[in-house]
Amino acid sequence: MLNSVKGMMLTLASTFQGLRKPVTREYPKAPTPVQPRFMGFPALTWDNDVGEPFCTGCMVCIRNCPTQCMSASMMDNPLQQEGQSHRRKIVDYFEINLNRCILCGICVEVCNFDAIVMSHEHEMSTYERNGDRVALPALLEIGQKYQRETNWIPPTVLAKAKKDAEDATKAAEEAKAETAAAVQEAD
Amino acid sequence: MAEIPTNLTANPPVNAEPVEMLLNMGPQHPSTHGVFRMVLWVDGEKIVDVEPHIGYLHRGSEKLCEGEQYHQVITLFDRLDYVANFNNELVYCQAVEKLMGLEVPERAEYVRVILCELNRIASHLLYVGTIGLDAGAMTPTMFAFRGRERIQSVFEAVSGARMMHNYFRIGGIKEDLPDNFEQLIAELLPLLREDVEESDRILTFNEIFLTRLKDVGTISAEEAIDFGFTGPCLRGCGIEYDVRKAQPYSIYDRFDFDIPIGLDGDCWDRHWVRVREMYESLKIIEQALEQMPGGEVVSSLGRRLIRPPAGEVYMRAENPRGEIGVHLISNGTDRPYRLKVRPPSFCNLSAIRRLLTDSWIADSVVILGSLDIVLGEVDR
Ligand code: SF4
Ligand code: SF4
Repeated sequence: MLNSVKGMMLTLASTFQGLRKPVTREYPKAPTPVQPRFMGFPALTWDNDVGEPFCTGCMVCIRNCPTQCMSASMMDNPLQQEGQSHRRKIVDYFEINLNRCILCGICVEVCNFDAIVMSHEHEMSTYERNGDRVALPALLEIGQKYQRETNWIPPTVLAKAKKDAEDATKAAEEAKAETAAAVQEAD
Repeated sequence: MAEIPTNLTANPPVNAEPVEMLLNMGPQHPSTHGVFRMVLWVDGEKIVDVEPHIGYLHRGSEKLCEGEQYHQVITLFDRLDYVANFNNELVYCQAVEKLMGLEVPERAEYVRVILCELNRIASHLLYVGTIGLDAGAMTPTMFAFRGRERIQSVFEAVSGARMMHNYFRIGGIKEDLPDNFEQLIAELLPLLREDVEESDRILTFNEIFLTRLKDVGTISAEEAIDFGFTGPCLRGCGIEYDVRKAQPYSIYDRFDFDIPIGLDGDCWDRHWVRVREMYESLKIIEQALEQMPGGEVVSSLGRRLIRPPAGEVYMRAENPRGEIGVHLISNGTDRPYRLKVRPPSFCNLSAIRRLLTDSWIADSVVILGSLDIVLGEVDR
């Protein structure tokens, strides 16, 4: 008996020590913010400069997906024939079964064309049994929403900018060293 | 009107016939920590015999590994022990690296250790919460889950997912830590220490908790070794064995930390070992953050297809639950030929019959809880 009371006192003391703001959120009413790297459902991106998807339907992501939840096919790009685009092939049909997807992000990692992203979309409920099999237009819509919300810049562009900057600083340093050497020689 | 007996004592009347009853516990029992079923033969409140039934969560992970390429197998390892995802990824990646003789960038090793130790704390916090529930305390659960939630937010910032990270790669990690990581972890660590201390203070030396756990489910060191116990369950018996010290992998030999051990090998000792392990993990994280160098983190392999040479390798590491081992056989193709996991939970669970026999029904929940099993790993 005494032991129980002692134990309860300990709990009570800790409760009063722990009186502070609640850390929980009323989730469905108040949205939970996600971190920038959050991996939601995969989605396809849209090339605003040309007005077509980045995806060429090359199927690299499909071969690398651990759950085989995607399918795609490619076609000749009509915009390229008109001379507006540099992509010879373009995606014709693309579908991801989001019920099957495990949100691993491998598809994003292997894509060579910046065409697929892990969006911040993570709530999806549908009325049909196969409602989570999302086809190209819906995927592009999710992707465009993601692009708008995060000011998305294609990762290859980012990497290139970074490399260019590095090269520039390196070249500048070399030039500096050369002038310094020249100055020394002149001395 | 029948007379109400007033001389009730603890001992049953001598002439009472023992009646053996069969009690099904699980697979949906909330305190079996997953889908685990125990058939208990009970005599009154005493457990006479136990028959554990596992396999409700069997997904055939080992077989699935044979059909996946090496880089895809990481996603399956995330789902083995779904409370300690980073630790699982680490042991698999290290097995493949060992087979290929691959060097991991220095910074990547530090990132791995930091994340693994954070995950160990998260896992132990979950354990503290559930053992509290098992012993009848609701409050520590809330405190422990608050701390766990904080860790998971950092995981989300780092890897993009709260649980199924898929962040470690063979020969490195996926990408460098986010730019605000230093700030995140600087905010996290003091809060985390507070959380650990709080759940420790409220539970460990609580009278009720002590009464429920002390001298319950005792197992001697020899028996524990015979059953293949590892991790906190073995250290609870007083044996100082930790793979991080016994056979340091990754860069664990660079850190200064102790191996907490228990005395009697009962439920409370197992609990106390885990609680003190959290402090040790915090120590490791602090040291690792101090020593962490800059530089490259991604694998030198780039995005080439991983094709280890034909051969066999066994790699072990310290999971929050014990020693996890991966036996990998490669035949030189891009998929493992065979992959066998030595799951710590399974080996610890194997003693359930010995531990439960001759104990009380009410204690069965605590004993099972103190083993800290994860069914995803038991059933694979
Ligand atoms: S998303 Fe990328 S990898 Fe997948 S088909 Fe399109 S271009 Fe190829
Ligand atoms: S996230 Fe993973 S499972 Fe989902 S589509 Fe991409 S590769 Fe497949």
